[in-house]
Amino acid sequence: MEVSKIDGIIRQYGARESAILAILQDIQAEEKYLPKETLEYVSQKMQIPLGQVFRIATFYNALSLKPRGRHKIDVCLGTACHVRGGERILSKLERDLGVSVGETTKDKRFTLEAVHCVGCCSLGPVAVVDGDVFGRLSQDKVPALLKEFK
Amino acid sequence: MNIRTKGDLEKIREEGLKSLYPSAAKISVGMATCGLSTGAGKVYEAIQKEMEKVKVPILLGRTGCIGFCQREPVVDIWEPGKPRVFYQGVSPDRCGELVEKWLENKVVEDLLFFKMEKEDRILEGSAKDYSIRSVPSGMNGTPHYHQVPFYSKQLKIALRNCGFLDPDHIEEYIARGGYFSLYRALFEMKPEAIIEEVKRSGLRGRGGAGFPTGNKWESCRKAKGDRKFILCNADEGDPGAYMDRSILEGDPHSVIEGMIIGAYAIGAHEGYIYVRDEYPLAIQKLKIAIHQAEEKGLLGDHIMGSDFSLKINLFRGGGAFVCGESTALMASIEGKVGEPRAKHIHTTESGLWDKPSNLNNVETWNNVPMIISRGADWYSKIGTEGSKGTKVFSIVGKVKNTGLIEVPMGAKLREIVYDIGGGIPDGKKFKAVQTGGPSGGCIPESLIDMPVDYDQLAEVGSMMGSGGMIVMDESTCMVDVAKYFMNFLKSESCGKCTSCREGTKRMHEILTEIAEGRGTTDHIDLLKELGWVTAEASLCQLGATAPNPVLSTLRYFQKEYEEHIFNKRCPAKVCRALLRYRILSDVCKRCGQCIKACPAGAISGKKKTKKEPGEPFGIDAEKCTRCGMCFETCKFEAIEVE
Repeated sequence: MEVSKIDGIIRQYGARESAILAILQDIQAEEKYLPKETLEYVSQKMQIPLGQVFRIATFYNALSLKPRGRHKIDVCLGTACHVRGGERILSKLERDLGVSVGETTKDKRFTLEAVHCVGCCSLGPVAVVDGDVFGRLSQDKVPALLKEFK
Repeated sequence: MNIRTKGDLEKIREEGLKSLYPSAAKISVGMATCGLSTGAGKVYEAIQKEMEKVKVPILLGRTGCIGFCQREPVVDIWEPGKPRVFYQGVSPDRCGELVEKWLENKVVEDLLFFKMEKEDRILEGSAKDYSIRSVPSGMNGTPHYHQVPFYSKQLKIALRNCGFLDPDHIEEYIARGGYFSLYRALFEMKPEAIIEEVKRSGLRGRGGAGFPTGNKWESCRKAKGDRKFILCNADEGDPGAYMDRSILEGDPHSVIEGMIIGAYAIGAHEGYIYVRDEYPLAIQKLKIAIHQAEEKGLLGDHIMGSDFSLKINLFRGGGAFVCGESTALMASIEGKVGEPRAKHIHTTESGLWDKPSNLNNVETWNNVPMIISRGADWYSKIGTEGSKGTKVFSIVGKVKNTGLIEVPMGAKLREIVYDIGGGIPDGKKFKAVQTGGPSGGCIPESLIDMPVDYDQLAEVGSMMGSGGMIVMDESTCMVDVAKYFMNFLKSESCGKCTSCREGTKRMHEILTEIAEGRGTTDHIDLLKELGWVTAEASLCQLGATAPNPVLSTLRYFQKEYEEHIFNKRCPAKVCRALLRYRILSDVCKRCGQCIKACPAGAISGKKKTKKEPGEPFGIDAEKCTRCGMCFETCKFEAIEVE
């Protein structure tokens, strides 16, 4: 990521310690992950020890140190989705995409993740693709869902 | 325009009324996350296109969710002099018909949901009568809102505005009585009197523990320090609970108004709303709402021309469950890792940046304008001895009607599951209700007549939590549920305390052993012992309540555990390793769909064709991964699970 872009994001929030999470989230929104060099730069620029920046980057589920695919699938494993077979949706996706949860497909098309409840419990099982929620899923609806994303 | 007088507020109210009840017809689409996930966005576009075609002045609006999420997308039509008509399950291809028929004074009968002839305005204790002059044809027998079993036993205080206004229009919020409580608090009440009112109302925190709100405010007001913080916990992490999301998406100003009143009572001038990262729409709605409140002089310096100033910031969480804990939430705002600390000194004295801080959750803040408007006497008449007011529950899982409901405290669990929820679908048998999220427990059928309030739930080994109610039927396995929660807690434990970090991990391991048929006789005692240590030795409530899902399922469903351990059977047919799939040869039509569906190539047999009878189908237990694809695919119920 260009240094000027990172500077722009930091400037928007101010180089305050309390803005670190928001800054890392905005960087990730652009890059889809947090590259090592970027974390180092943010640490220097904001005068926050690299250890603390790294801890934050690894503590929060929303942040990732690994590159992600073009589309991100979050399968909801909240309680309501769980009792309605959310795990089966996840297994089906793992089988169809040939990856395990947390991994990215070789063609960089999809990253498969599991989340704990997206708050759409009455329509479970649910999955979120690139921020759009898809409700009332079943294993046989998975192939059609994947086709929508190139 | 800056609101400075009650007259200014009245003027904006007039504007809002015009937008809520315009002189022409208005179509509103429920566009909260639940609506959007079933295609409300496309429905909105389809109606927009249709309106361009018909060239008749009809307005199009958006609202939040009216609670019955299962029936989304929900669309309603309002026109002066007619009953307000609500449609359910609207798809984009039906929108043309919807508009055309309305113009012919007709309705689309098969999509009808319910009608309204007046609208409750509980905040002001009044109702808006629609003064019906004509009724579109085709509405004979359409139930009234209060006649729909899902709604008939509800009392909506927290959800008062959800589904009835556009969250992006502050004017509509004001038109429904919003910000008048703030005016009253700022100009007609002393801070101490507000605290007294909230104390007398009996309001208890709606986020989980149920601490009396007024007492919390009082100790924060009395705490020494010039700089104090007002905080809103919108990090709704309990899986299965989503009332805060719905309130923020459908009625964000109610939370902001509550916070301003609270800040004034406590003497705080800075505030934060900590919202879950998983709720992008709620974040968007809050941003707009805060901006509008600032524009109108309801936030910022000299609110409504008074001496009181408050700035509210929005803080987006990072997807960590533990940040719903008060001290972890504050650490997270400070820019540190969201880990809890010991609370020998309460956060009301030393919280965010070591300053006195008052944290309440979304639903609690939303109740505050109600108490100021209607008074503590009115509010405290609702509910039970120890739990006042109403509570929003998300009733989800294995129940016919799923959605958000709001009932007076003390409502019977049976009323919630059967009268409102409609009972268990597919003729299955009720088994349990899980409440309180990962800190809660499972309530068995023998207790279904219990009244639901803070104290009763605690007594049976569960808790209120944020109000998730996951209904479970005979096909839900209690060992699996305990394992599910332990897996959740294991991954969400921040790792600071060994007892929680290791305890949840070991309990999960043991539960996995049991679920996979390797359980032994001493596992149950070991689970109880581990549970006790985890609870006793952990710093925050995540760890202290972590064993609850295990202990409560053991308390009421020990037989099911024993069935797994001694007979290697999962009675609910959930624990994969203990299942056997079998094809019933007398039912099987040899259609071959299961062979296609099986990812493991475990099914043998030959498809029946017009020329050949095919060969019997069978499942190779060695190859079978028990994914259930064949079971889901078979149209003839020829596959049996044992």
